[in-house]
Amino acid sequence: MITIIDYGMGNLRSVQKAFELFYPNVRISSSCEDVLSSNKIVLPGVGAFGKAMEELRKRHLAKAIKEAIEKGRPFLGICLGLQLLFSESEEGGRVKGLGVLSGKVRKFKNVGKLKIPHMGWNRIRNVTDGAGPAILNGVPEGSYMYFVHSYVVEPKDKDVILCETDYGETFASGIENDNVRAFQFHPEKSQSVGLRIIKNFVEL
Amino acid sequence: MLTKRIIPCLDVKDGRVVKGVKFLNLKDAGDPVEIAQVYDREEADEIIFLDITASFEKRQTMLDVARRTAETVFMPLTVGGGIRSLEDIRDLLNAGTDKVSINTSAVKDPELVQKASEKFGSQCIVVAIDAKRRDESGKSGWEVYINGGRTPTGIDAVEWGKKVEGLGAGEILLTSMDMDGTKNGYDIELTKTFSESLSIPIIASGGAGNLEHLREVLVDGKADAALAASIFHFREYSVRETKEYLKTKGVEVRI
Repeated sequence: MITIIDYGMGNLRSVQKAFELFYPNVRISSSCEDVLSSNKIVLPGVGAFGKAMEELRKRHLAKAIKEAIEKGRPFLGICLGLQLLFSESEEGGRVKGLGVLSGKVRKFKNVGKLKIPHMGWNRIRNVTDGAGPAILNGVPEGSYMYFVHSYVVEPKDKDVILCETDYGETFASGIENDNVRAFQFHPEKSQSVGLRIIKNFVEL
Repeated sequence: MLTKRIIPCLDVKDGRVVKGVKFLNLKDAGDPVEIAQVYDREEADEIIFLDITASFEKRQTMLDVARRTAETVFMPLTVGGGIRSLEDIRDLLNAGTDKVSINTSAVKDPELVQKASEKFGSQCIVVAIDAKRRDESGKSGWEVYINGGRTPTGIDAVEWGKKVEGLGAGEILLTSMDMDGTKNGYDIELTKTFSESLSIPIIASGGAGNLEHLREVLVDGKADAALAASIFHFREYSVRETKEYLKTKGVEVRI
């Protein structure tokens, strides 16, 4: 069973539809038990960081997610689901995140010169050595993915960065740390290359 | 680098595509879902459905269209037309729409833009502006029209754009009423003025007749995205052909 975590931040139906292309048992749930009993978990979400953390805590999901990650369950974060993994965000003051990864979430540099949100299709560049990670199997180098966001993550440990993207600066658009993988873009909205990432995650 | 987006737009009435859309080899060329699938295969960057259903009772059909589209098409979908409340927005988002476009209701109730962006996030709130060049002497710029372009508001379009940006709109869908339907090209000056005055993305609309028009509005007009309807629907150009043309002209597109 794959559980897509519902914490009241956005429509999850299209995320679920994308996973259902590759796996029959995909549920949307806000229950801690469901999170802890799943083989794999997905944390999607759009919206404000502070509100998202509040909703996760209110439903005791913050603890359940960390527990599932510590148990080694494959985890996929999408968009806000990437940002929430970090220690803190400067969105709306200083808000504490899940703290699964060290580092912060901050505004784009050069904000005055850029259109914000960073919205549309941009390339990802694999920055790992060797054959490349399984999650990016079959995803050609320089593939375009669909982004919508105003903040970026700045991991303390650069080794967790899987891929980068350029928008006024170079930022981490994907991370991987053991069983945790997360992307700033929306694989479920990125047509065939995006769906390939979802397939790879399902097949991990 | 972020690419310029090419966005086909379909007018949908009572769940059916209106105005002649010439697609070959489709089981049902009036079904917006089938046409969305074609544009998905051609790698359009997004798709917009504009609901022009008149009767309130039949508006539910758009939710069904959105739902069926989200089942099979994995690219961003925007729905606009007749959205009046937070409930309307929520229903569309729950049906699988990624963004909603608000026009008349935003003018009548600017608070809706603010509440909607706070509740659902700026990224899914597009404000559509129908702008018409002022022709009276002594006045310059463009005026906002509502109710499908029938009602002038007296509001300056650029000021209105700045205001909705402040209220939390994530993007502007800017239609030139002067150029719409002419096939003589987009209003470059209008688009450029918006793009330089606002810091959120601008989708240019109205007037596309050939591929050079798209290049002009993306480069000279500084638009972030170009919307077109008839040139795609009548198969004068495919989305792929359009992108290939733009690429040879040095415009960054996803291809």
